[in-house]
Amino acid sequence: MITYLVRRFFTSVVVLIGVSIFIFVLLHISYPSPARAVLGLQARPAQVNAWNKANGYDDPVIVQYLHYLNQLIHGNFGYSYVENQTVVALFKERIARSVYLSGISLVLAVIIALPLGIFQAVKRNSIGDNLATSAAFILYSMPSFFLGLILIQVFALTFPIFSFEASQSNSVWVVMGDWNAMTLPIATLTLIVVASFSRYMRSSSMDVLAQDYIKVARAKGLPERLVLWRHLVRNASLPMVTLIGLSLPALLAGNLIVEELFNYQGLGLLFYESLQKVDYPVMLAYTLLGAILVVVGNLVADIALTIADPRIRLA
Amino acid sequence: MATPPLPPVDAQRAVPLGPEGGDVGAVQSGWRLALREFMSNRLAVVGFAMIVFFVLFCFVGPLIYHTNQTDTNLIIANEPPSAAHLLGTDTDGFDELGRIMKGGQAALEIGFFAAFVAIVIGALWGAVSGLVGGIVDSTLMRVVDVFLSVPFLFVVLILAVKFGASVLSLSLVIGFFAWQVPARLVRGEVLTLRERDFVLAARTAGSSNWRLITKHLLPNALGVVIVNVTFQVADAILAVAYIGFLGFGLHFPNVDWGDMLSNGIEYLQDGYWWLIYPVGACIVLTVMALNFIGDALRDSMDVRLRRR
Repeated sequence: MITYLVRRFFTSVVVLIGVSIFIFVLLHISYPSPARAVLGLQARPAQVNAWNKANGYDDPVIVQYLHYLNQLIHGNFGYSYVENQTVVALFKERIARSVYLSGISLVLAVIIALPLGIFQAVKRNSIGDNLATSAAFILYSMPSFFLGLILIQVFALTFPIFSFEASQSNSVWVVMGDWNAMTLPIATLTLIVVASFSRYMRSSSMDVLAQDYIKVARAKGLPERLVLWRHLVRNASLPMVTLIGLSLPALLAGNLIVEELFNYQGLGLLFYESLQKVDYPVMLAYTLLGAILVVVGNLVADIALTIADPRIRLA
Repeated sequence: MATPPLPPVDAQRAVPLGPEGGDVGAVQSGWRLALREFMSNRLAVVGFAMIVFFVLFCFVGPLIYHTNQTDTNLIIANEPPSAAHLLGTDTDGFDELGRIMKGGQAALEIGFFAAFVAIVIGALWGAVSGLVGGIVDSTLMRVVDVFLSVPFLFVVLILAVKFGASVLSLSLVIGFFAWQVPARLVRGEVLTLRERDFVLAARTAGSSNWRLITKHLLPNALGVVIVNVTFQVADAILAVAYIGFLGFGLHFPNVDWGDMLSNGIEYLQDGYWWLIYPVGACIVLTVMALNFIGDALRDSMDVRLRRR
């Protein structure tokens, strides 16, 4: 098990280095040098060249990459000349709000999808199962902004229960308390995640229900409640651990759309604004952050699974 | 192992014709079986009919339902549905139904072309990786891991901003960043196929690696590829909708469905439902139809594979 974890860890490091190369190439293609942003549009080509030389932007690509990597390791994700701030400072202002929105949506999605999937598997092909499957299928095919739009129409305009704009407060504590403003964004993101989670949960529960140990548990006269609780839930939930790790890219994309739709001042909206202002350092730093999150998330999920499921003895 | 003695002739005749242990009937090819399984899936047929409908609607529709999609006409802006404009008009006075057809053309073109790009790259990548094996395989697969880790939508948005959005550029950009799953699937298939006798036979006959891949391995891995194509098209159409919704889609007077929806949002409070729900329904129905087909194809390919 230890060898597996060590190998898994080194694969992640290799992938992270690959990610940094990927982002660097993208940055190099789209934004080779900030000289124009520093010197202004009036700068003569000779000035630009001199600036590039002085700041290392005409070094061989590989040297530039190593410099970039060195900066990353020291926590420097770049500088936004549009905002005149370091990217890290920009992120720090907003990260708590995004973490809150994504985190609570993910937790709610798991809380809803787990029992829902199990219920669907146990009551297979009942009306409830068919309804839930159809709903999941529609949600799964629906762009998150359209779902958000429908929720706004129904719950903010037709029946004005909630606000159609997310909380604008700078303090994440105020945001957390503001249910009137936060319900619709959280509901949108949660429903999108539930749609994919419940489908997997249903099929993994059906796999478990067909296992011999479920038959044994029933045959020895265990009450159905205990069969489900002790044998089904615990085994069927295992794939969810991996699924949460794998769902991070979709969650980040959902975050971007939901924050834009509800005007929520998080990282997704920052990324959206950087697209509009053509601020490449911010765009690429956020993409890099997302990629790191995905790699680390998958690694953590695999480690958690190894601890939770002693059958995994891959070496 | 000793060969069992042949049964007497009479007993041989008594053996029922047909597949061993199966029902008696004509032996069908795997593909025909898959087709039968596909056709027996009601949702799949519905999905397929829906896609045919949307293709006709978007590409043949404008030939029947003539609308002006090039000149704005602010006098008739935001009109509700009427006999002259079946789904009303939008902010610029374009006929909404005609606009949906035009946006659908872009969505379908990008969807299919991007899927094609992704499948070609993915199939070749996976086939080379699986066939060559060793260090080449692990390097190529780590590259797949890297591409899987970087959030797809972000990269596509950045490149759409950098290179501008047209049907061609969006298809290429989406295709270039969506080939990882087909690569993994094809690699898995090739890993089992390359141990089979016909591959050995082809090698013995002097086939080059390239010939092995294109003539023997890819045609046999076609099943998993076909299943993936439909999901690829669905994902690409959704990606275009996202890009358009965020305002980085096709440029005026071209239009995509996401772009139309984001324009419609501004009038949500005015109750201009015809700018929002028809086009939203088109996105959902197209993607759903493709997902139906994909799910059914996966099931029917399972039938084909089970026969192997």
